[in-house]
Amino acid sequence: MKASAQITPSQILEQLEQVKDPEIPVVSIVELGLIADVQVDERSARVKITPTFAGCPAVEVMRAETEQRLRALGIEEVKVEITFDPPWDSNRISPEGRRKLKEFGLAPPKPYTGAVDLIQIAFVECPYCGSADTTMESAFGPTLCRAIHYCHACQQSFEQFKPV
Amino acid sequence: MTIALKTLLYRLADDEVIIGHRNTEWTGHGPILEEDIAFSSMAQDELGHAQIYYSLLHDLGEANPDQLAFLREAQAFQCAQFVELPRGDWAFSVARQFFYDAAESVRLAALSKSAYAPLAQAARKFAGEEKYHWLHAKTWITHLAQGTGESRARLEAGLKQAYPYALGLFETTAADAAIVSENLCAPEAELQTAWQALITPVLAEAGLALPAATPVYGGRAGQHTEHLTPLLNDMQLVFRMEPEAGW
Repeated sequence: MKASAQITPSQILEQLEQVKDPEIPVVSIVELGLIADVQVDERSARVKITPTFAGCPAVEVMRAETEQRLRALGIEEVKVEITFDPPWDSNRISPEGRRKLKEFGLAPPKPYTGAVDLIQIAFVECPYCGSADTTMESAFGPTLCRAIHYCHACQQSFEQFKPV
Repeated sequence: MTIALKTLLYRLADDEVIIGHRNTEWTGHGPILEEDIAFSSMAQDELGHAQIYYSLLHDLGEANPDQLAFLREAQAFQCAQFVELPRGDWAFSVARQFFYDAAESVRLAALSKSAYAPLAQAARKFAGEEKYHWLHAKTWITHLAQGTGESRARLEAGLKQAYPYALGLFETTAADAAIVSENLCAPEAELQTAWQALITPVLAEAGLALPAATPVYGGRAGQHTEHLTPLLNDMQLVFRMEPEAGW
């Protein structure tokens, strides 16, 4: 086991690429932008997670796995905290994360400036055929972070990872 | 700061946990699958927010979130009577949610500027989520108003029944002077004005008007309807069987 003195924040982020969102197991918590802060010193590491939705039931699973992965690096003292500072927003999802969401069949949220408005929520490209001829069926889907849409071009329902 | 802050947090947490519980009553019973999911999701958000408000209270020395939600009696709750009312028919639940989501929208905007930083951070987080609740509520006010004669009549009845209680969301007590002077939140009267400005145009566009009403107060002072105790009996039953159990 190597000494934790040698561990850098970027090694920690690399390790946390292994931690997936249990509700969307193709993307990591790093790609989703959930890591708000990483601090390391000789024997300890402190990581802050900013959850997508405050009521997300997967937060505790991801927190526990993050802790476990950091211990696996040989770090003696590991602290993983949940924070709302900064609050998570969908602009934090990395380009790679967006690509994986789309491959998974979830339309990625469009990056935005300012505040999310209704147009961003309702108009989204179909992840299957790319058509913009879609309508939102419901702002609520199988998990808190997804909305249900319908594509008129390929006549399929699909889900969007909600812009927040 | 502490007494005013705790009062404010109890109101916020208790409103959320009780309306959240009411909304879970639609799980498996929604009129269509999408609405079953919508009310269940909104309940999940509301219970999540309640848990965080209770955690903030715990940080200030109160009992832990589970104990606060599941071991207090009705008179200790500071929720508005509005959130206790039975779910009614679905049009009533839509009407209630419309009033509630509008109130949350203005309240969270005010709390985002709270002098108590952990509360301001939580409020900023919740505000982003609540956008979807407000979008949902507005959409269904329009759908039901423009649907059939029956959907419109039921919506009108729901709005009329809910409105006097909705005004009770802005009830004040002796704690409010300090809540305002300590910059924890904007005055309730100011929030109510912003709330009216938010709901009126949506109703007007749907051709609906609100009757004059006398606010129903009492909840913030621990006076509740006969509906709260049976709700708590349901909600707290399992926890009270084995309060020390690990989950």
